[in-house]
Amino acid sequence: MSTELLRADGIGRRFGGFTALEGITVSFAAGELTSIIGPNGAGKSTFFNILSGTLSPSTGTLRFKGQALNGLPQHRFVHRGISRSYQITNIFPDLSVHENVRVAAQAMSVSYDIWRRRADLVELSERADAALTAVGLIGKRGQQAKFLAHGQQRALEIAIALVSEPELLLLDEPTAGMGPEETKDMVALLERLAERRTVLLVEHKMKMVLGLSQRVLVLHHGRLLADGRPDDIRSNPDVRRVYLGQSEGYG
Amino acid sequence: MAMQSSGAAPALPQAQRVMAAIADHRVLVSLVALALLPWLLPSKALAVNVLIYGVVVMGYNLLFGYTGLLSFGHAAFFGTGAYLTGIAIGRFGLPWFAAVPLAIAASTVLAAAIGTISTRTRGIYFSMVTLALAQLVYYVALQASSWTGGENGLRGFTVDHVNLLGLQINFLDPVNKYYVLMAFAALAIWAQSRILNSPFGAVIEAIRENEQRARACGYDVERCKLIVFMLSGAISAIGGCMSALHLSIVPLDILHYQTSGMIVMMVLLGGARSFFGPFIGAAVFLILEDVVSIWTPHWQIVVGAIFVGFVLFLPKGIWGTLLDLLPAARERR
Repeated sequence: MSTELLRADGIGRRFGGFTALEGITVSFAAGELTSIIGPNGAGKSTFFNILSGTLSPSTGTLRFKGQALNGLPQHRFVHRGISRSYQITNIFPDLSVHENVRVAAQAMSVSYDIWRRRADLVELSERADAALTAVGLIGKRGQQAKFLAHGQQRALEIAIALVSEPELLLLDEPTAGMGPEETKDMVALLERLAERRTVLLVEHKMKMVLGLSQRVLVLHHGRLLADGRPDDIRSNPDVRRVYLGQSEGYG
Repeated sequence: MAMQSSGAAPALPQAQRVMAAIADHRVLVSLVALALLPWLLPSKALAVNVLIYGVVVMGYNLLFGYTGLLSFGHAAFFGTGAYLTGIAIGRFGLPWFAAVPLAIAASTVLAAAIGTISTRTRGIYFSMVTLALAQLVYYVALQASSWTGGENGLRGFTVDHVNLLGLQINFLDPVNKYYVLMAFAALAIWAQSRILNSPFGAVIEAIRENEQRARACGYDVERCKLIVFMLSGAISAIGGCMSALHLSIVPLDILHYQTSGMIVMMVLLGGARSFFGPFIGAAVFLILEDVVSIWTPHWQIVVGAIFVGFVLFLPKGIWGTLLDLLPAARERR
């Protein structure tokens, strides 16, 4: 029986007079790979930003392992065990690949230490190397991050998110801007990640989403339109109408 | 052509090695260079000024160069350090070794207050808030003339002898004065190097690189900025204490926004985000002032034109440009 990791109750978000999200109630079980899909403007990114602490909900409550998250600043979400990547690659461009991940690893333990030398924190460096190995970037550890290829930068961002050992990993369009080969590598990486932790994904590539996910949420006009296994979503008439109906061969 | 290439090739790696070695031993190199400074510059007074402004600009560089926060208000900490040293010695009769730590501590509290307000803002708003709050400090000093001397500046305190471990040092002798003040600079340089090498040094680099990503890594970015602001203010205040001990007066202008502007110019001339940049920038600025003011009282026009040239053609300043030419040393800024 799966354990509930994250629960959103009646989550809504307004921007002035515009309602981006309304009444989203959903829970996420530990160990599951869930994808959120929906047309542009459906509220996916807003929901994602709320789940990662980047935005506060206007209404509703968010609980992680039974504890309320409402009102916590974003950095506290990471310390609770929720880590994220962004839709547009978000790394430390001028730092080395290794330092990108090492500095993320250090956030969990020695943020404000001015007495020790960072070079002496060997354990953090090893953790960074382990995360880089996991995403296949260990061979690039000394390179400046901005000189990596696009797909490698996406993988680096996942390593940055991964090194804090999150229980819930939120990935916002991890294959955005990737070609077929890079996408294939990323899918393989996501499969490996999902073996050991709970992953929540926002993606547009339907074939990938339906093949990879154990569960799919469909948002439409800021509301939860459907929630189920990929096969259920594929055959859901509402989903076909608002999102998938344009193509019969999406799967 | 081929011969020229093969002859020139070994020179670059060697230059890189030298630069990398300098960067690896930056505290030692700084101290040796500063120890030689009085004998390299035309006057001891100029050397002391380079020392003082170098420390102030170094503190500022921690905030601007390494963290990416453009403050226009660092004169507040420079001036507060100076005023409080003078007041502690002149009015309360404290010895210098008690007055200086007290002045640094009080300036750090002021930095905490200004930082708490200003680090809630970003970009140009941050710069304007620091400028406005620093001007507030200026007007407080102007109005509280019974304590600060108002427009005439603070006078009536002189440190003529310094007792170091039972040794009486004549502080009126310019060479003695320089090396005593260099001890303060050494402390500031060591502290700055320590901060940059520490885990916290990595955090401030991360914030400068990408604030959003730093936050998503789990850093309390606002708190980190405040800590940097306080450390930066404290180091700049050390320069203020040195200035008070050196001049035995504190002119009101030390708190003026023109002083803040001068600090920004110095760091840009020398190279922001580089360890040696602040002292190089202070030296270049003050030497230019010294030389050009002999020829014309409007030396600011000439120095300003040179500054514009730097901004347009060498935006990374003198040391930053050198590092770019020698990439091996860049990693060890």
